[in-house]
Amino acid sequence: MSLQQIIDRRLSGKNKSVGNRERFLRRHKEQIREAVRRAVDGRGIRDIERGEEVHIPKKDLSEPVFGHGDGGVREVVRPGNAEHVKGDRLPKPKGGQGQGGGSSASDSGEGDDDFVFHLTKEEFMQVFFDDLALPNMERNQLAETPEWKSHRAGFTSDGTPNNLHVVRSMRGALGRRIALATGKRRQLEELEQQLAELRGQDQNNHEVQRLVLETEAHIELLRERIAGIPFLDPIDLRFRNRVKVPVPTSRAVMFCLMDVSGSMDESRKDLAKRFFILLYLFLTRHYDKIDVVFIRHHTQAQEVDEENFFHATETGGTVVSSALVLMEQIIRERYPSNEWNIYGAQASDGDNWHHDSGRCRELLAEQLLPLCRYFAYVQVAEAEQNLWEEYTKLADEAKHFAMRKAVEPAQIYPVFRDLFKKEGQSA
Amino acid sequence: MKPLAHRPAEKLPSPSDWTFELINDYHDVIRRTAERYSLDTYPNQLEIISAEQMMDAYSSVGMPVNYRHWSYGKEFIATQQNYKRGQMGLAYEIVINSDPCIAYLMEENTMAMQALVIAHASYGHNSFFKGNYLFRMWTDASSIIDYLVYAKNFVAECEERHGVDAVEELLDSCHALMNHGVDRYRRPSKLSLAQERLRQVEREQHAQQQINDLWRTLPRRPESDAEETAQARRFPEEPQENLLYFIEKNAPLLEPWQREIVRIVRKIAQYFYPQRQTQVMNEGWATFWHHRLLNTMYDDGYLSDGMMIEWLKSHTNVVAQPPMQNLNPYALGFAMYTDIKRICEHPDEEDRLWFPDIAGSDWEKTLDHAMRNFKDESFIGQFLSPRMMREFRLFSILDDEALAEYEISAIHDEAGYQHVRQALSRQYDLSTREPNIQVWSVNLRGDRSLTLRHTQHLNRPLHDNAIEVLKHVARLWGFAVHLESVNDRGDTTRRWEVPAPAH
Repeated sequence: MSLQQIIDRRLSGKNKSVGNRERFLRRHKEQIREAVRRAVDGRGIRDIERGEEVHIPKKDLSEPVFGHGDGGVREVVRPGNAEHVKGDRLPKPKGGQGQGGGSSASDSGEGDDDFVFHLTKEEFMQVFFDDLALPNMERNQLAETPEWKSHRAGFTSDGTPNNLHVVRSMRGALGRRIALATGKRRQLEELEQQLAELRGQDQNNHEVQRLVLETEAHIELLRERIAGIPFLDPIDLRFRNRVKVPVPTSRAVMFCLMDVSGSMDESRKDLAKRFFILLYLFLTRHYDKIDVVFIRHHTQAQEVDEENFFHATETGGTVVSSALVLMEQIIRERYPSNEWNIYGAQASDGDNWHHDSGRCRELLAEQLLPLCRYFAYVQVAEAEQNLWEEYTKLADEAKHFAMRKAVEPAQIYPVFRDLFKKEGQSA
Repeated sequence: MKPLAHRPAEKLPSPSDWTFELINDYHDVIRRTAERYSLDTYPNQLEIISAEQMMDAYSSVGMPVNYRHWSYGKEFIATQQNYKRGQMGLAYEIVINSDPCIAYLMEENTMAMQALVIAHASYGHNSFFKGNYLFRMWTDASSIIDYLVYAKNFVAECEERHGVDAVEELLDSCHALMNHGVDRYRRPSKLSLAQERLRQVEREQHAQQQINDLWRTLPRRPESDAEETAQARRFPEEPQENLLYFIEKNAPLLEPWQREIVRIVRKIAQYFYPQRQTQVMNEGWATFWHHRLLNTMYDDGYLSDGMMIEWLKSHTNVVAQPPMQNLNPYALGFAMYTDIKRICEHPDEEDRLWFPDIAGSDWEKTLDHAMRNFKDESFIGQFLSPRMMREFRLFSILDDEALAEYEISAIHDEAGYQHVRQALSRQYDLSTREPNIQVWSVNLRGDRSLTLRHTQHLNRPLHDNAIEVLKHVARLWGFAVHLESVNDRGDTTRRWEVPAPAH
């Protein structure tokens, strides 16, 4: 008819800009990592898996081109003159910046505002993992739910014979037969009644005889039709439907133990936090319900909420065993080990009252480790003190005890290496 | 205008939701109406896209395909955010200067908006692309899409071979010089894609050879050397305005693939060059024609009242001109074409005095002539009428650094018409909007440094980020780069210098 064409492109070529976005993120990796770092600092352990707003200063994004600066002579034409006549003089605005005419207006209009954009959850986790130097395999495990459980989900009209639901199928068939036959049966009943009436009349009348034959034939036809409705039709078949749903095994409790004595400064706490986050992330992949218990200690241990855990500072000496005792007590009261998978994570700068370290080892070895699935200790300082020594002895004996020194985030991951490896093989 | 064949029996249906059949029907009527006005267009191709795809297209300078670059990603993110927060609506349409002419219709538009977009883009812009001399001279509508596909693949290939970083750096530098990568006066030859590919290989070999010759380091025979020095060979012999072209052909250290990428950026810049010079004319033309076509369709009995009110509302928003703000190119252009039509049809005394040639002439021919043979600068210089200046209440403000105050240099009165018109015409002249920077010389014998010269216009200095751009030039050139800014009297007022990048 004509050369015109209408093409529907809506289904093709979505997300063409993904490649460009990737390049953009790559270029601003530093700022993004900084933003993620800050976010990790400010967020609760439990809501680590969200996207994040990233601010990038405008000047870092600028694409410079040659342009005119202020000064010299310029003449600008504007619309909407209401009051001026030729020769009028107007004061220049202070600060040198003119009204900016023509093309330069858009340049000067931009302030020093940051360019803000939203990092998706996936991108956020990617950067977070990058920081922790997490190997790819574990990354995938953390990013996906490894286990699936088949779950009932109603009925479908197609499936394998072994999933056939007989009662449902028969019920459907019955309904269909009733629905298809009702009209015919009613008609049949009427005809039979009619026939009976005809039979009662004079049988020698030709007209009556013809009517009787006709009705009988009709009845026969209807009977056949009714009999012809299939007892069971393919459309009646119903199969049990099962869908795969990701199933974390059951419930777990995670104990976060941290030294809050004066020597634990902000950066050490930040390291400890990352350590806890990693364990938490790992647990969310495997368990339905996770409780987190925060225990902080100096010379005495105390169960607190997350806010107080990370952001309150106390002073004084350090008795690590107090926290272990409290942990044991809480397990006994609230988390029986046959119902809960218990994970312990302890962070400290290794500073402990020297008579106490031996007791810590005993407490762990005899009381806590038998109850725990895994217990990880991370020391956020370099110096090896008596607590480190005692724990080292323990690490040789107990398999599900891990310890590591970490002075920067990348060193935290190895604490979990055994844990991830084990789960990786079983999954 | 040709007469209407027959009035329709009934109006076109006017639901708010569009369907493919409806778009087809409307397009049909719009096409026939445009033919009656003898609008000459490329064949049209309408593409329905989603809002997200519109943002995609937006962020890659409106083209359906383009090479990958972070700046497009940035643009996309910014667009997406503004859109999501409701701070801006998306453009209703994007139209591509190609043959066939591709117009994007957004899925979210109502039927009335789709009709508006078809009239605006597929007949307004389309006929402008096909008719205007700048587009005819500088762009090749039939090959642009193919060329972009080639560019995208070539850049992707380079990323694979030479690393994303290397390509990104190069593109950054090229983009910085994009506006100075166009031939303003010389016409490039048109090439088909096949030829382009074939010639790329030849070009690589040939270019490398040329450069090697220019930078020959082998000892020469003494007699020719003496001759050479006597001449004190100046290079380039004349200043060059196309910085990217000069770099592509002469930068000593660029690899062949890098030269090709410089060339790609240059070609694309050249493709957009006419658009930058015809904002008012192009948008005004498209707006004038959607207004004309849809009104004619209403008069012919095709459009319902509801339809009219809906598109007129958009139209009114588009041509709104707030006082004291920058001039809205849609408003100015639309008003000017409408005014030219008026001058042709109902000229008054003033018009006869100012426009003796066109007053009382056939408006369709005059408008067609105006569309074909001008750019913004000359269009305004030629056709802005005193009546228009009064209606817009135009006035010009002089900002002289030497004076403590702004001066109103002219207003919309008898004494000021000429001045305002000239000032506005200059305002749209690209060569005054963008600084005039040319390749001045290359130190062939010494440190191979490149000198650029900025010739000041009305003593206007360069923006402070010139030094940033200069770093990009140095990256491309491979050796030290100087920039000198020269004022009206020929004195160098400022110098910038960037040392050779580390090799």
